[in-house]
Amino acid sequence: MNSRSWFIGLGIVSLIVVTFFSLQKTSEPISYNEHIRPIINSKCIACHGGVKKSAGVSFLFRAEALDTAESGIPAIVPGDAENSGMFQRIVHHDSEYRMPLEKEPLSKEEIKLIGQWIDEGAKWEDHWAYIPPEKDIRPPKVENSSIRNNIDRFVYTKLLANDLTPASEAEKEVLLRRLYLDLIGLPPTPEEAEGFLNDSREDAYEKLVDHLLASPHFGERWAAMWLDLARYADTKGYEKDLNRSIWKYRDWVINAFNQDVPFDQFTVEQLAGDLLSDPTQDQLIATAFHRNTMANDEGGTDNEEFRVAAVVERVGTTFEVWQSTTMACVQCHSHPYDPIRHEEFYRFMAFFNNTEDRDIYNEQPNLFTYEENAEEVRTILTWVEEHLQSEDAYLSSKNRFLHQQKEELLYKLGYRKVEAEQYQASSKLIELLAPEQDVVWQVQDSSWIMFEDVDLSEVEKISFRCATTISGGFIEVRLDSLNGKKIGQTEVTTTGQWNRWAMTKPEATGWKEFTTAITPVSSKHDVYYLFRKNRDLQQHLFHLDWIYYHEKNPPKQKYGKKFNQQLARLASVQPMATPIMQDLPPEKSRNTHVFERGNWVTLGQQVNADVPEALGNIPDGLPNNRLGMARWLVHENNPLTARVAVNRFWKELFGTGIIETMEEFGSQGNPPSHAELLDWLAVQFQDEHQWSIKSLIKQIVMSATYRQSSQATPEKVEKDPRNRLLSRGPRVRLSAEQVRDQVLAVSGLLNRNMYGPSVKPPRPDATSSIWSNWIADTTSEQYRRSLYIFTKRISPHPMLTTFDGTGRNVCVSRRIRTNTPLQALTLLNDSTFYLAAYELAQAMNRVSPADVQQSLAEGYRQIMLRSPDNEKLEVLLALYQNAYSHYQKSNPIQQAASTENDPIRLKALTLVANAMLNLDEFVTKN
Amino acid sequence: MKTIITEAQHRIAKYNTRRHFLQKCMSGLGAVALNSLAGCGGSSGSKANIAKTDISSGILKPHFPGKAKNIIFLHMAGAPSQLELFDYKPVLNQLDGKDCPQSLLEGKKFAFIKGVPQMLGTQAKFKQHGQSGAYVSDYLPHFSQMVDEVTFLKAVHTDEFNHAPAQLFMHTGSPRLGRPSMGSWITYGLGSDNQNLPSFVVLVSGSEPSAGKSAWGSGFLPTVYQGVQCRSKGDPVLYLSNPGEVDPYLRKQSIDAINAINEQEYQEAHDPEILTRISQYELAYRMQTSVPEVMNINDEPEWVHQMYGTEPGKASFANNCLLARRLVENGVRFVQLFDRRWDTHGAGPNNGVDGALKNACKSVDQPMSALLLDLEQRGLLDETLVVWGGEFGRTPMMEARSGADFKGRDHHGDAFTMWMAGGGIKKGFTHGETDEIGFSGISGRVYIHDLQATILHQLGLDHERLTYQFQGRDFRLTDVHGKVVKEVIA
Repeated sequence: MNSRSWFIGLGIVSLIVVTFFSLQKTSEPISYNEHIRPIINSKCIACHGGVKKSAGVSFLFRAEALDTAESGIPAIVPGDAENSGMFQRIVHHDSEYRMPLEKEPLSKEEIKLIGQWIDEGAKWEDHWAYIPPEKDIRPPKVENSSIRNNIDRFVYTKLLANDLTPASEAEKEVLLRRLYLDLIGLPPTPEEAEGFLNDSREDAYEKLVDHLLASPHFGERWAAMWLDLARYADTKGYEKDLNRSIWKYRDWVINAFNQDVPFDQFTVEQLAGDLLSDPTQDQLIATAFHRNTMANDEGGTDNEEFRVAAVVERVGTTFEVWQSTTMACVQCHSHPYDPIRHEEFYRFMAFFNNTEDRDIYNEQPNLFTYEENAEEVRTILTWVEEHLQSEDAYLSSKNRFLHQQKEELLYKLGYRKVEAEQYQASSKLIELLAPEQDVVWQVQDSSWIMFEDVDLSEVEKISFRCATTISGGFIEVRLDSLNGKKIGQTEVTTTGQWNRWAMTKPEATGWKEFTTAITPVSSKHDVYYLFRKNRDLQQHLFHLDWIYYHEKNPPKQKYGKKFNQQLARLASVQPMATPIMQDLPPEKSRNTHVFERGNWVTLGQQVNADVPEALGNIPDGLPNNRLGMARWLVHENNPLTARVAVNRFWKELFGTGIIETMEEFGSQGNPPSHAELLDWLAVQFQDEHQWSIKSLIKQIVMSATYRQSSQATPEKVEKDPRNRLLSRGPRVRLSAEQVRDQVLAVSGLLNRNMYGPSVKPPRPDATSSIWSNWIADTTSEQYRRSLYIFTKRISPHPMLTTFDGTGRNVCVSRRIRTNTPLQALTLLNDSTFYLAAYELAQAMNRVSPADVQQSLAEGYRQIMLRSPDNEKLEVLLALYQNAYSHYQKSNPIQQAASTENDPIRLKALTLVANAMLNLDEFVTKN
Repeated sequence: MKTIITEAQHRIAKYNTRRHFLQKCMSGLGAVALNSLAGCGGSSGSKANIAKTDISSGILKPHFPGKAKNIIFLHMAGAPSQLELFDYKPVLNQLDGKDCPQSLLEGKKFAFIKGVPQMLGTQAKFKQHGQSGAYVSDYLPHFSQMVDEVTFLKAVHTDEFNHAPAQLFMHTGSPRLGRPSMGSWITYGLGSDNQNLPSFVVLVSGSEPSAGKSAWGSGFLPTVYQGVQCRSKGDPVLYLSNPGEVDPYLRKQSIDAINAINEQEYQEAHDPEILTRISQYELAYRMQTSVPEVMNINDEPEWVHQMYGTEPGKASFANNCLLARRLVENGVRFVQLFDRRWDTHGAGPNNGVDGALKNACKSVDQPMSALLLDLEQRGLLDETLVVWGGEFGRTPMMEARSGADFKGRDHHGDAFTMWMAGGGIKKGFTHGETDEIGFSGISGRVYIHDLQATILHQLGLDHERLTYQFQGRDFRLTDVHGKVVKEVIA
């Protein structure tokens, strides 16, 4: 046989093979999702998908697969496997042509499935997560006397199918601790514990659930979860990692959970609160959600680069938080596995690309508010308004917000002081002095700042409050551009001496005012202040605190001294700035382009805002902007939002989500452990609970599934090693925050105050350097709950990170739980934890000064809410006795007359308490 | 010379004895579940599987036999000027003070240079050294004697021109925060060779690098893989010292009690995590002894201190070099040094490529040369890859931010010099070349991902196969780039 006829011969064989497979059909129709997608995703799509389209073939979209490929024939001809390129190539006799290339051929079964599927018309199905859940799922029928609600019917059915039985209900003490830790993140006080344990009413458990859902600490516990998603932090990240004041957003989240703000409203306010009609202060603060992106203040950085980075990040975070869908890969190319196209990333980005924030130092736009000093502002405002002459009454402001009332009134009266750091633009080499960032600092000659739309028509002079240790320099006032008309100039000269290298601000006496007259100008202008050096420059010319515009005939002039003093006082009350979202006015709106290969300097086609096609459309009647996008997320047709949310709350309670890959519901995510339960709960959440988070949580914790004992049997560990089927209750290590909060609570150290600026508990690597800026709190503030700990992005508190807390640089859907020696060292040796052990020891000592066994049992009860069994008590007693005699040997004189004041007893009890706070059962929710 | 070798042999013997001892101790309960911590070797027996979870065990074996077992990365944070140290450019000296041609500036971004800058000739004196004839300046008199041990990469380039992003790029493969560092990837890939020390250790001198702890963070990898910062001053590892009046005896007693109760708990709950926790408490106790021991350089003989220029008790680069050698000897896989003092803009007095850079060189020249010598004489250099460099280079132009009085250079990512030694890298070799003024590479250009691919390769890891699935996709250190620089491999 020559080679040619040999080839034909094999061709005939392969044709026979094809025919053979074509004839052997199974009776069941083939399901794309069940049978075909797994084959395509694991064997084909790496070369024929969103990243590569080898030979012009892609299986990402049906239309693409049916299109003619480079070979001249389509990969798939519906109804005709034999003539489909895909089928020909998977059965090809020649391994150089056979697909998958250079890999094992597909199995006979796989080939059969693909053949039959094409012959049946090659029907495509969307991935399940992109199809909205069915509204009429019925909980399965299952007989079991321990069933408490419908959740159990789904879970038990699956258990039965896997030859497993549910565990019995956990003991009352265990349920008590579990509920407290799960719902409010703190253990009960001894009184609270006693109350429940002695409550024998039928509905005692439900009463406790309701009590905890109403606790103000509920919001703190669930905010801790949400803040990981919101990547909330108290600094801006990158090199300088300067402070950011955004804790009002954290408090907003706490209140939202406490007030049970429905999840749809919770979503809309965070993504687009500023676009609601007449937004309240709270709705504006909610939009700080997307101002938690990092900002780069490092000298010489390009603000536009980092503005774009933040906008790109907002796209990824929005999709991770609400859709559990990876968008990061779509930034550079179409999604490799899921039906999202490259340009769709940028269409979605267009929703975010139009906000005012632009990576400048002062984080504009900000919302200005007053805290304890609000009353002071109100009082002075009232006083001033009462003293206005009747013809000036119109000057008082009708604005809803206090800060605007104050600013407008001062401005109209001609008291025009502007903080220098509140500029709208600057040269790259302007710095603000850390940590307050309220003083402008030039690190290079010819740097500048610019204020937009300043009305100079009534202004005759401008003053500058400056400080410098060197020869100083010049401030030029220029109109509309850097080279624009110069309308004034002043020379700044040495004002005093202080240690400038320590990067501190000068004392009040180190400042002087410098004034220039200006050429008269009409109307509004962009005003540039150009800073030029005099004789020398030492990475410093002079500091600039504020600028004052002197009007020719300000209305305030006709008032007396007292009135003007009140104005000065009013102006000096410092507001707090919280960065928020705000859209640019239409005339300044930005165009959005595709970034080729994800590179922001290589612009492709221009695109309009839209949501990915695979996930529906902006519903009719909604605006095509951020607000419309936010409402689309919580619209009943959105297939993902409710499922994703339900999965998050479920995960917090059971330790693992129904879908374990919290961040990914696409075809690369893990399949759900209980698909129907997830869909049913998602529908319940939207329709039955009307997006009420508290109702959803109550429904879950009322189930028998949740109330199971967490004790496993070797059989269950064998059959269900990771408890994915829920054959027992959850048993997981507590989160970093819970570990610390629990230690503080059981030892009595916990400071339960809520809200306010973040706190800095001691850390072993604290220094007093202004750059590292961790000067530990010494008051009881250091014992506040962990969600109030200052999150410094480049150096988060080591206790929290050791227990898997994150630096909150990016959105994190789940912390991977680890179990490391550093955790042991932290729990054993941290100074706060050791102090907690000492406090606990004192309590143990007080309870029973004479009987050590009783002391130890009481200490154990205080932390675990139940009595220790004898075996454990024996171990603790032996440790105590060991420690007692060891301390006695080293300190023979310290013998006290009575056991009550025996210092050695207290030391030994402290050691035992320290050990108790390290027990696995203590750091675990069981 | 002889003394060094005797000393080395003595140490190795001591080290093996201790390892053997520890291994024997580990056959009891302590051996259980140790596999779940990547830092703790895959050799602790079959019981280990009880608690082995996929997420934290890593792959624990190389893709192919690697020439290097350990790596010491000396990062000069702030970016030293290649034009004053290694990249000798006589033409640049001739152009000193002349305006920079416009063609060089087009499309380029600089951090601080504005307008048309002037060229700045080298401030150092260059000479050829060794058999290989490599140029090294008089800023590095000790290191110039080591040139026949190293490979110079003369045309490394990066995309980033600000410190923090460039450092992140160098160590995590991405300029943004959130990716695992190289040491984390390597620990994830290879596990550890020792059972009582972390396998990825970080030592810092000067102050913390701009990128902060993220430069050794584990990103989306489990936190067991993050670098453990050891300090040559104070507690060598955070939370290592016992609190209050707890002494080692009582600590041992209390850990035994904790573990006894945890074991009882295990009998009831049958949760394998409890077994892991028991083993981690044992390891924590061992670390309390082993870490201070390895971190205590007082027991080094006087001649070693003289060789490195070390002063026990101080936080210095010299101390950290000596510690790096001790850590590698004790089976730590990845030792990362950061030394921050190199950002020589010439923004004021004592900040230029003349005085300030010369001073910076003084603090690293002797210790880094001693490290190479010491490793070599102990037979450790063959299996230890040493990498040296900054996050980018510096411009051939003068920055002149504060006028012409101060000689300084701006950040520059187009071309800079790094060197590598040991671990299967060529000796006395130079790869790559820059143009006449040292602005751009003209041959043998090495991108950051190429460097990373090469480092992984020397450790037996294929950078394209060392992956971790996160957010639905496989991530790697080198993103979708990187080619092993075959030319520099011996």
